[in-house]
Amino acid sequence: MNDLVVARGTRVAARKVAGEMVILSADDSSLYVLNDIGTAVWEAVDGRTPLSTIVDDVVCRDYEVDRDSALRDVQEFVAGLMSHGVLAEVR
Amino acid sequence: MAELMQRVWDRAMDAHVPLSIHFDLTYRCNERCVHCYLDHDDHGEMTTDEVKGVLDQLAAAGTFFLTFSGGEIFLRKDLFELVAYARALQFDVKLKTNGVLVREREAARIRELGVRQLQISVYSHRPEVHDAITKVPGSLVRTLAAIRLLTAAGVRVMIANVLMRQNAADYPGVRALAEELGVDCTIDPTITPMMNGDTAVIALRLPAPQLLQVFRDKSLVGNDFMTPASEPIDEDTLDGRPCSAGHTFCYISPYGDVYPCVQFPLPSGNVRKQRFEEIWGGSPQLEEVRSIRVRDLPTCSSCGHVSTCTRCPGLAYMEGNMRGPSSADCEKSQLRAGVLPSVSA
Repeated sequence: MNDLVVARGTRVAARKVAGEMVILSADDSSLYVLNDIGTAVWEAVDGRTPLSTIVDDVVCRDYEVDRDSALRDVQEFVAGLMSHGVLAEVR
Repeated sequence: MAELMQRVWDRAMDAHVPLSIHFDLTYRCNERCVHCYLDHDDHGEMTTDEVKGVLDQLAAAGTFFLTFSGGEIFLRKDLFELVAYARALQFDVKLKTNGVLVREREAARIRELGVRQLQISVYSHRPEVHDAITKVPGSLVRTLAAIRLLTAAGVRVMIANVLMRQNAADYPGVRALAEELGVDCTIDPTITPMMNGDTAVIALRLPAPQLLQVFRDKSLVGNDFMTPASEPIDEDTLDGRPCSAGHTFCYISPYGDVYPCVQFPLPSGNVRKQRFEEIWGGSPQLEEVRSIRVRDLPTCSSCGHVSTCTRCPGLAYMEGNMRGPSSADCEKSQLRAGVLPSVSA
């Protein structure tokens, strides 16, 4: 899971609206509004960078959070979005 | 979900974000609908690169919801190139079409591009009525074939059923057809004057007795039709904005003209002459539209229907005064409340 690499789903729309990342699924019109950390992760996801690196380079650098709990939270967040096709596993 | 969506709209409203854009790519059309408000001749549509440039600007301005419409959008040879470009910019894309040119290849490509919805006009479940409105023999058969191909490909379709004198009795049939096809259906009795100001098509609007019948159809409105005629007018209502036009929404024509709404043809700028951000942020016309609150409407602010009326400022503008009433919406409000004296219920 630490080496998990994800990409943004191809069937979602996304835009930062007044500071909040808004994501809408074309499949079921489900809507997601991400918080600051979720937005930072979404913007860092590129289909190449492992999730653990994103946590180190983006989350832990910009937010005062414990690395292990940050990784757990981000993994949970990513798993939730993957289950709805908003993010897709690359490897 | 609805609350979350409302929060997004509220934040966009507060921050003056053009969250939703209706972008007509062409006015050309392969149908000649009797109620259409457009001039179908091509007076110099934006090129592929021009449209892409505008899409870049819209993405930068924060636009999220993008509707490509026309005219018939499939007459643009570059349609899929433009949709792909818009999707790469992560817009939520909807398409409005008559579906006549959609075949298996088009349906598959639309699905592949992640378009969220196609809205397709169906005027009647009876070919002789639908085809008489589009003036194209065989058009209903082709449109329905397209809907079947699209749904089979996994594309979400919404049937738009515009009501007018010619098809007033057919909406139950269209709704049944939509159910059979497994698609959503929306009914709209709004007939808009032509963009050039010609009001001849208004004669096609449903007469009051038939409109009343629609408003009293419990299968459409449940028990909600009896809107109170004279609710107390509160301060929140008076401080309200008449609609989203110019606030979070605007319209771009195939020639680059920017209006507050497709139904509100107040020239507010042109993206061939100015960047979109300059128009959105600096157009005196959009500023004027944005400045209007319900309390500024001389007639409507004291009307007993003001809190429930669906007054369209664009229709009012086309009647001569964007701060005035829209007679079509006055009639609808009165009919909903059952107070039009000339109508026997």
